[in-house]
Amino acid sequence: MEAKNESLLEIHDLSVAFRMYDQVLGQKDLQVISDLHLTVRPGEVVAVAGSSGSGKSLLASAILGILPGNATVKGHLHYQGQELTPARQAALRGTEIALVPQSVAYLDPLMKIGAQADGHRRPKPTEKRRELFRRLSLPEKTGKLYPFQLSGGMARRVLVSTALISGARLIIADEPTPGMSLDQALEALKLFRQMADQGKGVVLITHDIDLAFAFADRVAVFYAGTTVETAPAADFRAGPEALRHPYSRALWRALPQNGFQPIDGFQPYAGALPGGCLFAPRCPYKTAQCEQSPPPVREIRGGEVRCYHGA
Amino acid sequence: MFQWFIRLVPRGLRYGLKVISLLLAVSIIAFALVCASPIDPVQQYILGLGTAVSPERRAAIEEYWGVNDPPVERYLNWLGNLLRGDLGESALYRRPVAEIISQRFANSLALMICAWVLSGVIGFALGCVMGVFRDRWPDKLLKKICYLLSSVPTFWLGLVLLLVFAVTLGWFPVGFSSPIGVLEADVTFWQRLHHLALPAITLSIVSFPGIALHTRQKLVDVLSSEYVLFARARGEGTWTILRRHGLRNILLPALTLQFSSFAELFGGSVLAENVFSYPGLGSAVSAAGLNSDVPLLLGITVFSALFVCVGNTIANLLYGIVDPRIREVSQ
Repeated sequence: MEAKNESLLEIHDLSVAFRMYDQVLGQKDLQVISDLHLTVRPGEVVAVAGSSGSGKSLLASAILGILPGNATVKGHLHYQGQELTPARQAALRGTEIALVPQSVAYLDPLMKIGAQADGHRRPKPTEKRRELFRRLSLPEKTGKLYPFQLSGGMARRVLVSTALISGARLIIADEPTPGMSLDQALEALKLFRQMADQGKGVVLITHDIDLAFAFADRVAVFYAGTTVETAPAADFRAGPEALRHPYSRALWRALPQNGFQPIDGFQPYAGALPGGCLFAPRCPYKTAQCEQSPPPVREIRGGEVRCYHGA
Repeated sequence: MFQWFIRLVPRGLRYGLKVISLLLAVSIIAFALVCASPIDPVQQYILGLGTAVSPERRAAIEEYWGVNDPPVERYLNWLGNLLRGDLGESALYRRPVAEIISQRFANSLALMICAWVLSGVIGFALGCVMGVFRDRWPDKLLKKICYLLSSVPTFWLGLVLLLVFAVTLGWFPVGFSSPIGVLEADVTFWQRLHHLALPAITLSIVSFPGIALHTRQKLVDVLSSEYVLFARARGEGTWTILRRHGLRNILLPALTLQFSSFAELFGGSVLAENVFSYPGLGSAVSAAGLNSDVPLLLGITVFSALFVCVGNTIANLLYGIVDPRIREVSQ
């Protein structure tokens, strides 16, 4: 097996729906992720970038298999070439696949940091944890503190340390930067970059698009529960001409340093998704075809795009 | 450590002041209510004597007791005696109130401790089961049982248990705290426990549903928290999560609830003790009320307020000692 080109995680046509109970209509399914494609290779940081409410965090739960009971998952997940079944997800989470959550709220408020970072597995990796804390410049006494006694930056590093202690090869970082100063955010992202440089695969779920462009190898643009374009981060740094999807270009133009130009309309809500291309209602290039059926994924110039007209 | 202790002193003083003013308020209100009620303590006393009394003699008794003094003066008089430890003499039992309270309280305490431990353990365990099996059949079934039991009146449940287990099956005695015709000194521990069982079970059956439902809700909150989601993402299973995070986070609120439930416990024991003719504080207070025994009634009122205060104080202290977040603030 050629490890280099082997993908770590492959997601095909992933759809996630929640069964909701409506008083009038009875039960109905709320589609939050539709036909999503994503590939992560060892040694790369893939940023999943999109606005709030686009279902990004649910993607992390879907990969780990920890969605709530009323969720139904369709599509194919492969980890190291093998189907990721619920049983395999249960075996791999915390050992092969690790989540780095967003804030200190993800730590048990009544448990000391040391015990939490060590985790529930035996034997306790206490020595490894101590060394990691030193490397992440966390003071020796951090292990004896409770979560509420940590500063934001310390909490971030503790959360990162849990992923490193586990030795996981796929790291999913869910919104690791909100509420941080630029310095802290850069430092946090540097940690993920280092992990990737050590051969791990990193999925960076974020709405901090600038930072994603700067630190990721590839960027997947997330819109209304699907990836509309996946392209090398360099394309996003180059400008709209290098991009393939009208939404990616609109996103680029909406950034403050690129003209701050918003486009009309708003992201469709789950439960009120258009029949064809999810972006069609706001798209300046839309044709009759776009409104009839969702466009397939096409490969253009080393990127993947979900658009009939993308070029 | 010493520093920490020094800093606690003003807080302790403030709290003590609060408790004292609360007890004073309770005593004033109780005294005012008795004054406003149509109870005539002299009449009760005379009835208790069992002989006819001439109007002159009656006037002399009223004069001796200070019945015609202004209420404030009477209150201060009573309060002064109370502070010296003299609660007066019960018109009903012809014995010092303090003696009756201490004796009756020992009986009640045994009953309440049994019911308290029983309902705490059962309630907490069932609450955990309901929380873990949230919205599945064990939860639904237990929830229905809890709602049913918490709507059952204590005295009715007591009567039913009495009928079934004492009268029909004969497993337990019908009443009292010890067998009839046996000297107080000869009563064994097992005999006491045997007499205590039915009232204690009655009392715990009416109070565990509340504890179970509270525990369930708290566990549901904990299990849907972000830190439990993260624990699941790290590969912890349901039982590991319950052991590592669930119990840790629900034990403290459960304990606090348990200690602050002294008031309901006392209220329930009044009913249970009456049904089972159990000679505790609860049956004494209803006897005092029905027979217009003012000193006993007031004494038990103040004492039970103190008892509830002690429970709440323990609950407060527990939070400060066990929860690191609150410990930090007080340091």
